[in-house]
Amino acid sequence: MPQVAMTVNGKPARGEVEGRTLLSSFLRDNLGLTGTHVGCDTSQCGACVVHVDGKDVKACTMFALEAEGAQVDTIEGQAGADGSLNVIQQAFQDHHGLQCGFCTPGMVMTAAALLKETPKPSEAEIRDYLEGNICRCTGYHNIVKAILAASGQDAGAIAAE
Amino acid sequence: MYEFEFERPGSISDAVAALKTDEAQALGGGQTLIPTMKQRLANPAKLVSLTGIGEMQGVCVEDDGALTIGGATPHAVVAEKAAASYPALAALAGNIGDPAVRNRGTIGGSLANNDPSACYPAAALASGAVIVTNAREIPADDYFQGMFATALEEGEIITSVRFPVPRAANYQKFDQAASRFALVGVFVARFDDGVRVAVTGASEDGVFRWSEAEAALGSDFSAAALDGLALPADGMIGDLHGTPEYRAHLAAVLTRRAVQAAA
Repeated sequence: MPQVAMTVNGKPARGEVEGRTLLSSFLRDNLGLTGTHVGCDTSQCGACVVHVDGKDVKACTMFALEAEGAQVDTIEGQAGADGSLNVIQQAFQDHHGLQCGFCTPGMVMTAAALLKETPKPSEAEIRDYLEGNICRCTGYHNIVKAILAASGQDAGAIAAE
Repeated sequence: MYEFEFERPGSISDAVAALKTDEAQALGGGQTLIPTMKQRLANPAKLVSLTGIGEMQGVCVEDDGALTIGGATPHAVVAEKAAASYPALAALAGNIGDPAVRNRGTIGGSLANNDPSACYPAAALASGAVIVTNAREIPADDYFQGMFATALEEGEIITSVRFPVPRAANYQKFDQAASRFALVGVFVARFDDGVRVAVTGASEDGVFRWSEAEAALGSDFSAAALDGLALPADGMIGDLHGTPEYRAHLAAVLTRRAVQAAA
């Protein structure tokens, strides 16, 4: 079987995969990084979003072999080495941006990509950027609030739904 | 998904050689092909990934003002890099799917697939773009040949797409909210020597030019010039998202909006 090598959360990672092995499967099954969730497995829900060379992508819609040599960042790499939450994760906790938590890894990774591109997004920009991330519990309000807060803006300013 | 052999060549010539085997298929960003393979609606024996080919990446403005986009350039890169030279095209690219899809999906992949509801075919046809492959150059008017059908031969790959840049242009997309494809989309491009109007998402024959609207707009580039013009519902797509009559009506409404936005 082919070998694949990439850098995951700053550390070298390699493994044997089939051509059809998805990046999400490689992360979860080969590396044990089960924080990348597979919700729909049809590119709809965004629970599996990771960063590949700094860009947010759906790990269920990319083959592991396509990530050969790439820098991959997953939810496991977001917290500090001591387990302290990063600013986006902390904001999700503070603003109750999750309920069951299944979509959260994808939400956090998508939010991180947005804030890198647009450090102070408007509410509309946040909602637009979350187009490919589906949450079936919270109704997005607190997720949007959390991302606004994580960007250092006043989360109280958005209207209640 | 059935197992297959995977290759990731670094040059166009290596990709063309790799595609010579039976049942080999080119893989762009995979945003359509991978879900299709998961459903076992496609099962190529070999996939040849085009995303590792440097010479198929990027956006550049030619000496004659035309915009050349590498076949393996993702939508997000087009949205950013074409914004100054061809804003209507950049806006179209920036509104395909969602951000994660735009980071993987490529212009060549979209045009090779020719989904009847995809956005890029409307831009290519309305702009009078040239589809450049490893073997030849194909004018957009000859390239699109019906739903999921193109002029591409077996093993032929889109290496770049050359867009003449119009004086003014606009794309209006009526989102199909679940799929994020166009329920109907209309691209209007105004050149010095005429106007081209391309409609996607509507016809059972895929993207098409609305020649009556082009003629009317050629002599008077205003929404009023479209008064009294209607597209027949015959041959339009009918599904749970909209009837043929609805799509025909929507195409006319969006054409009007595109003209107003471009004028």
